Amino acid sequence: MIRAARLGSAAKSRVVVKMPTWRRRILLIAVLAGFAVLLGRSVYLQSMHKAFLQQKGDARYSRMITLPAHRGKITDRFGEPLAISTPVESIWASPPDVKAEPEQLVKLATLLKIKPDVITKKLVNNPREFVYIKRRLPPELAAQVMRLHIPGVFTQREYRRYYPAGEVTAHLVGFTGIDDNGQEGFELHSQGWLSGKAGSRRVIKDRQGRIVEDLEAVKVPQDGHDLALSIDRKIQYLAYRELAAAVEEHKAKAGSVVVLDAKTGEVLAMANLPSYNPNNPVNMAGRSRNRAIVDIFEPGSTLKPFTAAAALDSGRYKPETLIETSPGAMRIGSATIRDAHPQGLLTVAQVIQKSSNVGSAKMALSLEPHYLWSIFNQVGFGSPTRIGFPGEASGKLRNYKTWRPIEQATMSYGHGISMTLLQLARAYTVFTNNGTLLPVSLLKLKEPPVGHQVYTPATANHLKDMMETVIQVGGTAPRAQVLGYRVAGKTGTAHKPGVGGYQANHYVSSFVGLAPASNPRLIVAVMIDDPGAGKYYGGTVAAPVFSKVMSGALRMLAIPQDAPNNNVVIPVDDIPEIKEVV
Amino acid sequence: MMNKLLKHFVKHIDGFLMGSLIATILVALCVLYSASGQSMDKLTSQAVNITVALSLMWIAANIPPQHLERIALPAYVIGVLLLIAVALFGEISHGARRWLHIGVAKIQPSELLKIAMPMLLAWYFARRDSLSTMKDYLVGAILLAVPVGLIMKQPDLGTSLMIGASGFYVLFLAGLSWRLLLGAVVSVGIMAPILWSMLHDYQRKRIEILFDPYQDPLGAGYHTIQASIALGSGGLAGKGWLNGTQSQLDFLPERTTDFIFAVFGEEFGLLGNLLLLLLFTLIIGRGLVIAAQAQSTFSRLLAGSITLTFFTYVFVNIGMVSGILPVVGVPLPLISYGGTSLVTLLLGFGILMSIHTHKKLVTS
Repeated sequence: MIRAARLGSAAKSRVVVKMPTWRRRILLIAVLAGFAVLLGRSVYLQSMHKAFLQQKGDARYSRMITLPAHRGKITDRFGEPLAISTPVESIWASPPDVKAEPEQLVKLATLLKIKPDVITKKLVNNPREFVYIKRRLPPELAAQVMRLHIPGVFTQREYRRYYPAGEVTAHLVGFTGIDDNGQEGFELHSQGWLSGKAGSRRVIKDRQGRIVEDLEAVKVPQDGHDLALSIDRKIQYLAYRELAAAVEEHKAKAGSVVVLDAKTGEVLAMANLPSYNPNNPVNMAGRSRNRAIVDIFEPGSTLKPFTAAAALDSGRYKPETLIETSPGAMRIGSATIRDAHPQGLLTVAQVIQKSSNVGSAKMALSLEPHYLWSIFNQVGFGSPTRIGFPGEASGKLRNYKTWRPIEQATMSYGHGISMTLLQLARAYTVFTNNGTLLPVSLLKLKEPPVGHQVYTPATANHLKDMMETVIQVGGTAPRAQVLGYRVAGKTGTAHKPGVGGYQANHYVSSFVGLAPASNPRLIVAVMIDDPGAGKYYGGTVAAPVFSKVMSGALRMLAIPQDAPNNNVVIPVDDIPEIKEVV
Repeated sequence: MMNKLLKHFVKHIDGFLMGSLIATILVALCVLYSASGQSMDKLTSQAVNITVALSLMWIAANIPPQHLERIALPAYVIGVLLLIAVALFGEISHGARRWLHIGVAKIQPSELLKIAMPMLLAWYFARRDSLSTMKDYLVGAILLAVPVGLIMKQPDLGTSLMIGASGFYVLFLAGLSWRLLLGAVVSVGIMAPILWSMLHDYQRKRIEILFDPYQDPLGAGYHTIQASIALGSGGLAGKGWLNGTQSQLDFLPERTTDFIFAVFGEEFGLLGNLLLLLLFTLIIGRGLVIAAQAQSTFSRLLAGSITLTFFTYVFVNIGMVSGILPVVGVPLPLISYGGTSLVTLLLGFGILMSIHTHKKLVTS
């Protein structure tokens, strides 16, 4: 009853207490407007903005997975591996999804030999969705890690490059970076050939990166091709070993050896020091250059045979033509060139044997600059070998129009002209192929290449004979002798050019030679840069390296001896040293 | 006999409201099944929650509004005391102090206030009837501010805003004058910078992110971006039930609770959203009709507040999921997984039914 009465009074004052109609209407309108806003937003997102958001959405779950292609092998000429790819696993994680007990993380750290706090830093409170924990692990170790069953930790298959010959072939083969792309050498030069084409899978992945399903057909990766170099691994090892011993013994700054097949121009060995370990390429400064191809130097007297051959071909000289070299010095303009010892009258052959600068200069000055230039140009000085190696240098051969007589004279014995050791070695193919210059190759050839005739065969053979005397008593390089074989070659000793002229106490010692002289099969060129232990003549520093490499290589290739009865090498310490002038 | 018993059983159940609720709940179960990654466990557990909540709704529907009016003050006082207890002894989880241990059970007193707050204010203004003065609104505002402040301090911005809204609706329905309203708006405008400085860093971040979610796409903006993507990629007709890629592939966070609308929108598209909003409109419309027909000031204010608060939940949640409101922790009513909010909601609807079905008794 009381309630009824109260209600009655409420009814009376309803006009006041009850909401006025407009207030109700405003409420209703507010509610409807609210829903209209929501609907409007829905229309905006789901029809007007739909395409953009759908694409964004797809981007979140649809993933293209790369299937790495197997990188091709690099081998020597007999298929011995120089660079091979082995499968490795990389451990990665999606930190927001990692659910691990602290002791699991400690186990993980111990397995991977990482400090636990490094792992914690990577995985705890890291908003990133992808971090590598450790890359390139042996598959067994990766399997052990996965047996910890830590959610959010995954493996990824990768390939690691392994270089069995290590630093011995480092400069040729080069190495790949962490993502399997070539960084140096043939790994870089033949990247496309070696790498193949990665395949792919388009898949649906959930947020944890688990593959839910394949969306389209798997594109199978196309494995890379193998690459056979012209290198003979055994000769390469030999060359590297002997070079390393010499560089060590003479405390040299650097050194290179090139071994060519005298009949095909294939490079059988190319070693450089200092070298590096391509399996762990660190501290690379100054070590990564393939100096035999990339660095140029002034060759010195190893160039004299080309001058002498030009002189013979010109018809003005015969091997036995006498040249007056007294008094062991010669003035050209304001400059003087000298021999070590005054030699008096020398034949062309003796100019080579004794390495007379005066004799060489006289021959050069008797020739037209254009003629000499054209000979030098034809044997490949001043132009790259186009051997197909990254960063090849072409050397410098100045235009004959700008030659002054003094320059023409010094160039005849290898000063004021520069080249790579490979260019120098290639030039010597004229003496092993009857005056024909062969192109050189770092890749194994199926058939011998066609050469370019530079000298007449007679001239080339005369020079070869003259260079045989260099090795004999009275020559500059008896230390280049090889037991059982006839050898021809030429020494070179040059001051290194520096700022404002040649440096008094810095030399480049070289020796280029061929054997067996009766039917040359190999050319070995040796260059020792800046020997610092007192000795610096090409005949004492570079010739012994030549001898060891040549004799080892001839035996490895089972090349018949052409001097089998001459089985006593002249004891070089007993004979007077013939020094060339530098 | 059976027929009569059944009739008695459903005497206080409002058919229209009940129908709309059941339809919505069925939709909710479908979405939940999909959003939970087809988890039967979660579905069963929510079914239990629904059963409990429906039972409590039935009980509430059978309690005459007069009784509610009587317990309004004690319920409020207990609620506020519990909130104080929470502030003093509450258990901290996820950086917020919201739960209170009493013996074996854990309770969240802020849930109680969701009902007790509008009840108290409805009770207060029903007593004042037409005589409401400036002073009454001031008192009402203070009564409202105490729990709202306590809950905001927990911190639980979503709940405190919802309770604030429920109280505000009572004040508004009780005839809060426009001048006061305007005054309040202006003073809030003045207070805004101060309020801003009182907000927690993460709350501020949420508001900043609202305006530019891409400023932190992997952090604070992640929820908003993922939800927009899910909704938008649903398009007109949706990707179909169980086929939502963003939700099924686990890219969508909180997908069974606060962000369940994004799952729904992705799988059922614009048409599905339209249907769901229609269901909500039916429920709200029925609530407003019940409020309009209520025969006591208390009932009218309470029914109005409950209905409008429900609307606010819907608006805030969908607004937040679709990126027009900041991410505050407000579940989508009736749809989101969770027992507590369902119980509170259905208790509210029970009260609505009680108000509607008990009026004849009162007038007779």
